Amino acid sequence: MTAKTSNKKIIGRLLLLVVAMFGFGFALVPLYSVFCSVTGLNGKTSNSAENIAGATVDLSRTVKVQFVANLNENMPWKFRPEVRSVEVHPGQPTRISYYAENTTDKDIIGQAVPSVSPGLAASYFQKSECFCFTQQKLLAHEKKDMPVVFIVDASLPKDIHELTLSYTFFTKEVLPSPIPIAYNYQEN
Amino acid sequence: MNAVIEEHHHDHKPTGIGRWLFSTNHKDIGTMYLWFSFTMFFIGGTLALIIRAELFEPGMQIVEPEFFNQLTTLHGLIMVFGVIMPAFVGLANWQIPLMIGAPDMALPRMNNWSFWLLPAAFGILLSSLVMSIMGMGSAPNFGWTFYAPLSTTYGPDSTDFFIFSVHLMGISSVMGAINVIATIMNLRAPGMTYMKMPIFVWAWFITAYLLIAVMPVLAGAVTMMLTDRHFGTSFFNAAGGGDPVMFQHIFWFFGHPEVYIMILPAFGIISQIVPTFSRKHLFGYTSMVYATASIAFLSFIVWAHHMFTTGMPVAAELFFMYATMLIAIPTGVKVFNWVSTMWKGSLTFETPMLFAIAFIFLFTIGGFTGLMLSIVPADFQYQDTYFVVAHFHYVLVTGAAFSIMGAIYFWLPKWTGKMYNEKLGKLHFWLSAISANILFFPMHFLGLAGMPRRIPDYNLQFVEFNQIATVGAFIFGFSQLILLYNIISTIRSGEKATDKVWDGATSLEFVALPSPPPFHSFTTPPEVK
Repeated sequence: MTAKTSNKKIIGRLLLLVVAMFGFGFALVPLYSVFCSVTGLNGKTSNSAENIAGATVDLSRTVKVQFVANLNENMPWKFRPEVRSVEVHPGQPTRISYYAENTTDKDIIGQAVPSVSPGLAASYFQKSECFCFTQQKLLAHEKKDMPVVFIVDASLPKDIHELTLSYTFFTKEVLPSPIPIAYNYQEN
Repeated sequence: MNAVIEEHHHDHKPTGIGRWLFSTNHKDIGTMYLWFSFTMFFIGGTLALIIRAELFEPGMQIVEPEFFNQLTTLHGLIMVFGVIMPAFVGLANWQIPLMIGAPDMALPRMNNWSFWLLPAAFGILLSSLVMSIMGMGSAPNFGWTFYAPLSTTYGPDSTDFFIFSVHLMGISSVMGAINVIATIMNLRAPGMTYMKMPIFVWAWFITAYLLIAVMPVLAGAVTMMLTDRHFGTSFFNAAGGGDPVMFQHIFWFFGHPEVYIMILPAFGIISQIVPTFSRKHLFGYTSMVYATASIAFLSFIVWAHHMFTTGMPVAAELFFMYATMLIAIPTGVKVFNWVSTMWKGSLTFETPMLFAIAFIFLFTIGGFTGLMLSIVPADFQYQDTYFVVAHFHYVLVTGAAFSIMGAIYFWLPKWTGKMYNEKLGKLHFWLSAISANILFFPMHFLGLAGMPRRIPDYNLQFVEFNQIATVGAFIFGFSQLILLYNIISTIRSGEKATDKVWDGATSLEFVALPSPPPFHSFTTPPEVK
């Protein structure tokens, strides 16, 4: 028999490979995320302000930008864009706003997550002002206009004529009831 | 491990149920794997026949749409994880030690554990179907690919049964693979160098590495599902910052090598059968080894061809398209080598050879439809249609399953020492080969005409081809009872087989061992020149 490596060593090495590949499955999560933020693959756009002053404006074409509002299943707000869509020249700063209303008796802090479709256009969509940069607090029954200022970069590929900006609002925290109500008051 | 074998040096078989429960014997464990696989084949096949019966006519006749989804899901899971993979592991258990001149598998106790995890895994999975039939909630209903969020946010309660059973199957496969690698590395007979190993052993050696590389990724995917469902993580939940498309990347990173796990051992089997009945050496042995290794390597860089329609950059689509097409080259090398092996050979057409030739012909059809699917613009049309169903049933039924049937006929006389009934074998072959084409060929046309997969109802224009497919399905399904009968009657009352069994056989199990081989074979290793 030509046993050069003992069974134990082979098992050890192969088990190491098994553990490594199990880890690799999980490592794909951050890898995918980095890959997507580089390529804009999954439509995730930046969640912080970008400097859009002085961007070149391409007056030769217009792009239609549509606005979509979604609520996470646990989010009790009303949330909608004030306009459905606008036509813009690439590079031209545009201000639109969303309307949000807390319909409950509790103060709620929410966070909006933006997404751009088609995903490949995401890296050309730049925001200088957005309610998604910070958490938003709406008091019970408070209504609020939430503005977004953006440009579509002039270097947007010529074959993209339409893009969609979508926000999903999800609940970050439900604050304790501002008015203690006797029958459902609970000590923390 | 040596001590275990020394203890039973004499040809003594344990008796009763204990022989099977506590078995560390590669032959007994191989037998159990094969019977397990055969049982699952009939269960998965029954589900398929209910699907085909429902699809005989448009409109809803037999099952509710919700139950139809459970049928397609469980049919896929059972056939992939419960039939094809265990059958190949069973063949590996029986054949690898016999073909390399080893006394047993290198890790016999782990071998026992690998097998016995499987009935547990499928007990759990099938219990969800039983509960569904008894009206206690849905069985898994999201397709065998269990895409998130269908399987996370919207999955039925039984999804957790599914997750746990996939974990068990994964552990079983990984242990089986470690065993195969340790056996091949350490227990080859003197003189049996790597490049003298039979191709079946080579194919399994490479397959085992694939298993070890991707089964843990599958385990990771289902673990993420589990934590998404119950522990508040958001790996695949867009609302929580996750990404459902990432699920598809992780799944197919496992899934594509998985399809080669289900075909490389088949290539190995065909490379044993074709030379035997051509009475020639295998043409291009070395190129076969390298072709198998290249296919295994390429399988890791083509996964996204399952996801062309998810919205990828054109550059990525082109990369995955060309990488996928590249696989046709080593696969083509194999097909040409088999054909060249037959060229000017003195061919005879016993049942194993018939299955092998059918494999070469029909698997190639499945391979070509795979090439059609790899073309990005065409794939946008074919995605999620019956064309895909036709494609993977050609490679898995007339490919993998036919190779397993060929292997059963090829080695059954060696295992049992008795010859199967050749007439029944040929009847089984012709019925299977013809009915499989009646069953799956019309699906190409259905898919090209736009019939989507995984639906219980369809438009009127699809009626005729669906009815032809259903007729083929029932002939195919019931033909398999001939195989069952043939195996049982061979074991009980087959005529005595010769030690060499086949005139053209050259590998160790045929030339160095009697039929049947003793319970403990090669206790002294044979000399290989």
